[in-house]
Amino acid sequence: MVLLFASGIGLLTATGLWLMLRARSFDLVLGLTLLSYAVNLFVLAMARASVDAAPLLRDPRLAPTLEHYADPLPQALVLTAIVISFAMTAVLLALAVRSRAEQGDDHVDGRDGDGHSDSSGSIDSTGSGDAGDRRADRGRR
Amino acid sequence: MNAGSLTAQLPMLPVAIPLLTGAILVLLGRRASAAAGPIGFAALLALLACAGALCARTADGSVLAYLAGNWPAPFGIALAVDRLGAAMLLVTSVVAIACQLAAADGLAQRRPRFFALLQFQVTGLNGAFLTADLFNLFVFFEVLLIASYALLLLADDRAAVRAGVHYVVVNLFGSALFLMAAALLYGVLGTLNMADLALRVASVAPADRALVEAAGLMLLVAFGIKAAALPLGFWLPATYGAATAPVAALFAVMTKVGIYAILRVGTLVFGGTAAGLGPLLVAVGLATLGFAAFAGLAARDLRSLAAWMIAGSAGTLLTLVGVGTPASLGAALFYLPHATFAAAALMLLAGLLTAARGPGLADRFEAGARPAGAVLLGTVFVICSVASAGLPPFSGFVAKVILLDSVATAPAAVAVWTVVLAASLAWVVALSRAGSRVFWKSATNADGSPGADPAAPRRGRDGALAEARHDPQHGTLSAVVLLAAAGVLIVVFATPLAAHFGRAGLQLAAPDDYREAVLGQVPVRRLVVEDGAVVAPSAMSGERR
Repeated sequence: MVLLFASGIGLLTATGLWLMLRARSFDLVLGLTLLSYAVNLFVLAMARASVDAAPLLRDPRLAPTLEHYADPLPQALVLTAIVISFAMTAVLLALAVRSRAEQGDDHVDGRDGDGHSDSSGSIDSTGSGDAGDRRADRGRR
Repeated sequence: MNAGSLTAQLPMLPVAIPLLTGAILVLLGRRASAAAGPIGFAALLALLACAGALCARTADGSVLAYLAGNWPAPFGIALAVDRLGAAMLLVTSVVAIACQLAAADGLAQRRPRFFALLQFQVTGLNGAFLTADLFNLFVFFEVLLIASYALLLLADDRAAVRAGVHYVVVNLFGSALFLMAAALLYGVLGTLNMADLALRVASVAPADRALVEAAGLMLLVAFGIKAAALPLGFWLPATYGAATAPVAALFAVMTKVGIYAILRVGTLVFGGTAAGLGPLLVAVGLATLGFAAFAGLAARDLRSLAAWMIAGSAGTLLTLVGVGTPASLGAALFYLPHATFAAAALMLLAGLLTAARGPGLADRFEAGARPAGAVLLGTVFVICSVASAGLPPFSGFVAKVILLDSVATAPAAVAVWTVVLAASLAWVVALSRAGSRVFWKSATNADGSPGADPAAPRRGRDGALAEARHDPQHGTLSAVVLLAAAGVLIVVFATPLAAHFGRAGLQLAAPDDYREAVLGQVPVRRLVVEDGAVVAPSAMSGERR
């Protein structure tokens, strides 16, 4: 279980980082989302996940006093972090949509905004952008 | 509410005032957009008063702790103000007032939401300077970042959007690192209160030491992104260059938050254990400063130059933090307000130039038609340049002397002196070349009319300002005057200020007071009900000494 949890976090982080290194805004958003999932799980893991146990109580054989309860703070932290990363993803998505509308493509960088606002460039980049979207959709399923 | 309880609430006010004002401004919306400016300005003046009061109350070395929600210290969120925090609050409120003044020249009319966003930005900044809780620091970082994303996009052009994507993504990555490091520290040490963390870091089990150090280094990277230290700071020039002038002036404080966080967490939480990082910080700081100086020499417009100067000042501060003696920390604190004011003034000046020369030439270092009001602009430019390059008689010179003096006994003294002085020379060269191109060559080359500039459509950054380009920019001018006056005050009161910041450096180097103040703060007693009437307890009992 612990191995599964840890490797899950590792896989999410690796996938998120790989997606973040791609120069398309949609991949970037997905990558950041995956990374924030990894971080949230990591914060939860810091509460020392217990396996095959009742919730809240660390051990049913112990007296149900305060010092034998599970640590509630990481859950509070994770809730805050989820809300924040949700809001940030919304901001980034809005920004990505606007960036695509203004630049005519969804390149994050590497090109100057001026040279390729002609129609052929737009069509070209729109095509590849859609391809990226499809790939990402498949990944989500 | 009596006076006693108001003073007890003083450490909370710098967060509460802008947060409530921002919320009110959002609710007012467009219906009362005429009132938004005055309301926001009044709130900023109140903030200035609060910051002044906090500076006065912490001047004797006391640390004011405040328990939010009256939870005892390691469990709830604590705020704490010491000399450093109070000084940062004061700097922030001065720059915010300048930003608000400058926004009256066009930006606020085009973007009525600006006032609310400014308040939220100040909320985040002040909260980051006040909090004594690592996770709360993360939250306030996010508050100030999300406000800064919106402020950056007020510029509303292609460059701002592209820079915005980079800025948001880089900072989100930094936030993820920050959160991971905070979680790691919590997992190992079981607390997030920075004072409590300090005690537990000092007595961590040897098996867990590597985890704590890893978390500390991740925090350093996260703060380094905010501070624009060399390998992490390439987002800065594009972002600051794309923002409108008042917003860019406000952003001059933003890198200082990263420096503040490095300083606070480094000295308070990691205390003696972080000493091994000193040479690394010095190297990174000097590299940042040197790189910024070279890049500043290659800058083609005033905004980029000012942005690189901000990066350079972050490098200087990082160097001083890395040297880490009380004297160098004091010198860093003396340098910080000067650098912030000077950079903000240069950013505002770039806005003035753009307004005077139109969007074709904007603030680029190209000879063109003589800008309207060239004498006034030129005078302001000379004053700002001399101050920010560190020549006498302005604040930069005093700050630089104190800075060079403070590292004289450090092992890296020769390297620091060389790089700092060479960078100053680079700033002087860059600024004087800029000034002669913009102001002197313009008279001889008056045929290049701004409208005929082939690159004109590319540079629509302050497009709407162009229509009003013969308008006198009273707001921006008064903001520059305010910042210059603050710089002059730094020079006039240089001796007491240097002594004060020297003591602040000593306080940072020996953070036991801070720990005791935060952990020893006693919650307010419960309300006592007597004969059906609620009797408030006496003011917060925790004022130590």
